[in-house]
Amino acid sequence: MHISNGIINGPVAAIFAALTLAALAFCVMRGRADLDDRLAPMAGLVAAFIFAVQMLNFPIFTAGVSGHLLGGALAAMLVGPWVGALCVAVVLIVQALVFGDGGVAMLGLNITNMALLGTAAAYLLIALLLRVLPRTPAGLAVTAFVSALVSVVVASQGFVLQYWLGGTTDLGGNLTGLAGTMAFAHLLIGIGEGLITATTVVTVAKVRPDLVYALRALKPVTPAPAVPVAGGAR
Amino acid sequence: MGAGHAHVLYRESGSPVHRLPPEVKIAAMVLFTVAVVATPREAYWAFGGYALLVAVVAALARVGPRWLLSRALIELPFVLFAFALPFLGAGERVEVAGLALSVDGLHGAFNILAKGTLGVLASLLLAATTTTRDLLLGLDRLRCPQILTQIATFMLRYLEVLVGEARRMRVARVSRGDDPRFLWQLRGFAAGVGALFLRAFERGERVYLAMLSRGYTGRMPAVWQGAGAATAGQWAVAATVPAIAATIAAVALVLQ
Repeated sequence: MHISNGIINGPVAAIFAALTLAALAFCVMRGRADLDDRLAPMAGLVAAFIFAVQMLNFPIFTAGVSGHLLGGALAAMLVGPWVGALCVAVVLIVQALVFGDGGVAMLGLNITNMALLGTAAAYLLIALLLRVLPRTPAGLAVTAFVSALVSVVVASQGFVLQYWLGGTTDLGGNLTGLAGTMAFAHLLIGIGEGLITATTVVTVAKVRPDLVYALRALKPVTPAPAVPVAGGAR
Repeated sequence: MGAGHAHVLYRESGSPVHRLPPEVKIAAMVLFTVAVVATPREAYWAFGGYALLVAVVAALARVGPRWLLSRALIELPFVLFAFALPFLGAGERVEVAGLALSVDGLHGAFNILAKGTLGVLASLLLAATTTTRDLLLGLDRLRCPQILTQIATFMLRYLEVLVGEARRMRVARVSRGDDPRFLWQLRGFAAGVGALFLRAFERGERVYLAMLSRGYTGRMPAVWQGAGAATAGQWAVAATVPAIAATIAAVALVLQ
């Protein structure tokens, strides 16, 4: 899904770069408050994990675009929306600077799609589903799966919007076709992403629930096991 | 685990490009790419000029063309879109080898291939001449917010922790009688991905606490920041590349 140089024209890329800069500045402001001693290594690991996972690329031959796992939902779940968006943005910046994945001039577009849109959609869903669904591992798994799936599709539609605004080649009436292909392909990718996100988050939540940011906002699932005080021995 | 100072793409050398401070190289690379993208796609000669510029820098950095071109294949999945454009594009059609291709689509494909490839080559040159440590130092000197450089620092460090843990888990699986081949490895990997994450985190947390107890405050030691910051002369030397590129782009825009 990385947009490489030349796919979207310069002015649109510049507008999105300015938007991204403002949004990232806001995330930096909010993220600073979140980043404590527990979250700092977690943010690094989440970024490393996303970096590794994004290396898996699935070319979508029919449309000539490629897709891969995004990790926005995983980041939103484990480190929260602000630091999560920053994690994905850092991955994209490093990839563009030294690995040539996605053009440097297109960074604004790529960050908007994958870091901002993807993480925002995921976090909104997580916040909603965690309140609605029962607080069981299954509920958490469903939350992670659905939010990952939807965030990937939303991010792919971000590209369609950008292509509509400033695609360098006129596709004629094929824009809806592009939207459909992107949505379908990313639906499949989203299923994979949802499974990986759900297994990872559920494992972490079982062993170290203190590490899952999304669960921290809510009060503890079960109150700490009541110490029997009857008898008043202690 | 002791490594982590260089990455796979780094080419050890003492060339003039290697010796330039990282912030100068990052700025030059970004500006060069912007100039390339701003060039109108019909100005074929301009892209030749950019390619020449890249070749000169590569020669100065003692990076061989074979290494550069084979690594540039990484962009293939990202520019696949270009190959579909001549078929998908609208408007006037032209007959090429029996296929009716869109003229606009062909231009679009050239545009993406040329600009994409030049961007990839520029970033490969940056990667080949800059260590991970220097890259982060350069971003820090370019006033990148500390929270971003901090996440990037840990990301690059933990990447190796993650790969190391994955290898250990694979060895553990194989030594217990699992015999994964090709795609079927994925099943075992997927089943263990949560455990992998936790193991890597707990290792990473220990590394982080060790760093904290040795005085880490979210930023690399001040000694690194001070020593070797770019001089005006070095900025001027590196500025030649984006300056030439900007001139080419300006001329191409005027001639359009």
